[in-house]
Amino acid sequence: MLNVQGYLVLSAAIFVIGVMTVLLRRGAITILMGIELMLNATNLAFAAFSRQRGSAEGQIFVLFVVAIAAAEAAVGLAIVIALFRLRETTDVDDVNLMKW
Amino acid sequence: MEVLVFMVVATVAVVSAMVVLLHKNPVIGALFLVTNLVCIAVLYLLLDAQFLAAIQVIVYAGAIMVLILFVIMLLSLKREEGIHAGSAQRFFGALAATGFVALIVRGILPISWRVASVRSDFGTAEFIGRRLFSQYFYPFEMISLVLLVAMAGAVVLAKKKL
Repeated sequence: MLNVQGYLVLSAAIFVIGVMTVLLRRGAITILMGIELMLNATNLAFAAFSRQRGSAEGQIFVLFVVAIAAAEAAVGLAIVIALFRLRETTDVDDVNLMKW
Repeated sequence: MEVLVFMVVATVAVVSAMVVLLHKNPVIGALFLVTNLVCIAVLYLLLDAQFLAAIQVIVYAGAIMVLILFVIMLLSLKREEGIHAGSAQRFFGALAATGFVALIVRGILPISWRVASVRSDFGTAEFIGRRLFSQYFYPFEMISLVLLVAMAGAVVLAKKKL
């Protein structure tokens, strides 16, 4: 039978892996992929709760999150391209102009 | 059967996410991220969300990942530094991550979740679409505006001369 706990635990695990990707990796594109992992983990939790409560709201929210993720990926990758033009690197440690 | 599918797909999803975290080559990472996204699409099917599964494959595994792979290959990024941290930082990071998951598991497991029974058309395109175009019509239109602004922003940012 359907077991919501399993989905929520899996969602937490994938979310933590995404957070670690953002925190521990230095490549800008890998960091973007970590953000996608985190967004997907939250989507999975939304879908699980939507099924558990039997309401459509969770699934509609997932649609909005997917649209925002698409916008985020497009703008983020454009920033990475602009960064690469300027600095010939995508390593976020080399981008420290605003760091004091 | 359902439990078996869930266990296999969940294992593949976690392992592929770990590869994204650990592998030095971003192309391999992107391909394993596609694996992870397809696994989540299968889980959506198990959760009676057929429309979301289709959207997941089309938008995420299709559009967004093609965009990411396109940029990786455009910039010809070969290898990057893997995890860039000292051994103490690595140890405490893993400890904090495991602790966070343990905390969430501790919070989730004692609750007995009562799963509602749903209509047979739950999660189909018609079911979602009717709600989306009536109750959630204005947010839906706002999303189109957000996508338009994001598109214009991406074009301007990636232009040769800012």
